[in-house]
Amino acid sequence: MMSGAFSREWLLTDAPASRGQARAGQAYRSWLALKSNRLAMVGLCIIAALVLMAIFADVLAPYDPITGHLNTERLLPPSWKHLLGTDDLGRDIWSRIVYGSRLTLMVVTLVAVIATPVGLLVGTISGYFGGFVDTVLMRITDIFLAFPQLVLALAFVSALGPGIENAIIAISITSWPPYARLARAETLTIRNADFIAATQLQGASSLRIIWGHVVPLCLSSVVIRVTLDMAGIILVAAGLGFLGLGAQPPQPEWGAMIAEGRQFIIDHWWVATMPGIAIFLVALGFNFLGDGLRDVLDPRAQK
Amino acid sequence: MALIEVDNLSVTFGHAGSRVQAVRGVSFAVDKGESYGIVGESGSGKSTVLRALVGLAPVTGGRLTIEGRDLAGRRPADFYRKVQMVFQDPYASLHPRHTVDQVLAEPLSIHRFPDRGARIARALEDVGLGPGFRFRYPHQLSGGQRQRVAIARALILEPEVLLLDEPTSALDASIQAEVLNLLDRLRAERGLTYILVSHDLAVVAHMCERLLVMQHGQAVEELTREDLRGRAAAKEYTKALLTASEGYRAAAETAT
Repeated sequence: MMSGAFSREWLLTDAPASRGQARAGQAYRSWLALKSNRLAMVGLCIIAALVLMAIFADVLAPYDPITGHLNTERLLPPSWKHLLGTDDLGRDIWSRIVYGSRLTLMVVTLVAVIATPVGLLVGTISGYFGGFVDTVLMRITDIFLAFPQLVLALAFVSALGPGIENAIIAISITSWPPYARLARAETLTIRNADFIAATQLQGASSLRIIWGHVVPLCLSSVVIRVTLDMAGIILVAAGLGFLGLGAQPPQPEWGAMIAEGRQFIIDHWWVATMPGIAIFLVALGFNFLGDGLRDVLDPRAQK
Repeated sequence: MALIEVDNLSVTFGHAGSRVQAVRGVSFAVDKGESYGIVGESGSGKSTVLRALVGLAPVTGGRLTIEGRDLAGRRPADFYRKVQMVFQDPYASLHPRHTVDQVLAEPLSIHRFPDRGARIARALEDVGLGPGFRFRYPHQLSGGQRQRVAIARALILEPEVLLLDEPTSALDASIQAEVLNLLDRLRAERGLTYILVSHDLAVVAHMCERLLVMQHGQAVEELTREDLRGRAAAKEYTKALLTASEGYRAAAETAT
């Protein structure tokens, strides 16, 4: 029996023998579906590369990202010595991009971890209870949605003070409302389903129904949306960095690097272009992965 | 005294302006151990009566009692240990992301039953599903198997009353008979009380000792199984309903 564990047959069996096996089988089926989607795999590879880059930044970066050689190595074009050239302070741009992946990854992860649960919670509670609760929560959501995200984030960062942590908080505060809307819409479609009624008839509390029955069904569409929004979040973080309200110098944040390179864009194009390409690639990766996840996870897309 | 009494029940949906009176002044009583049928065409309010009994539809008039106790507003926790319901569409009544095991474990954990594993195994056994079905997801089950899981879920709390809302109408003809026989056997074994809603007179005649005919939210008349077999209907509508089901049957027989 043990030798059969985690084999293909064990995972894909029609009659799993335990909770764990049923769950593992379900996850493996999703993985197979995702694997057959080529664009999603490209996206996943880009994001995996970003993660590896962040983990092994010390190994991958040949130079220090903070201090450069001001006298001899200012604004050098790309060469074998400096793969992507150097900036106006003589710092190696490749090294800065490699270390910057840590900041990008941190922003993306923290925003996802903060904004997703808030949006899910507000949306499912609003949709499940309806009535007065729904009105209050949705009007609050409307207020947040009435401002463009970057403008609202700008206002929050100015109030909290510049810095990467405050930028993360500001982006999180401004990015949960669409998830709340989405979760509410999903909840409205399943609130009156028979399986919810059956659970109510077993005497389940509202908390148990929302957490155990409604949230798992909303989760996939919210996860898809979050993944697709990652590109936007990176751009907002870069935008805040560009405006000098996000990461502070000398932190190698990609948006701030573009802002620094802006002054030399005509004569020394690589200073602003290289971090721009990095942002573009990562945003593209998240979009591909999000599209692939939608094909795999969205129950409406199946069959 | 009857186990369940429904006295002059009215159910109205919607607000002023767009009100729908789904049930208007329906009364009946069901004794312990009895199987009671409610028959009518689509939109006659028969399912709404069941939903009102368990609190899924708003009671706007009349009284509902079980064992002489009034049912109004939120039902107490022990109500759900006594009364359970099986829904019409087994494709909609099971959570798509929960395994059979999770579906059956939930009521046990809500009501803090001991030895859950053994109870789940026994419940599956009772409805004719082996242990191989325990960790499957609904999409790995057929319609009949799903309905068996739904019946197991309703019975796992050991209720006295089972409300059946067209339990076989979403199933193939061959599976229908299996599920009806299963329900018959369970009632005999456990002394359950059934209220069965159906549009199929044959199903009701097979399952129920007494039945109520409903039309447009109102009760037309109450019949016994013998009345039904002897075609002793007093009201025009019931006669028409009987003829309609006969006509279909006769046509089906001459066709084969």
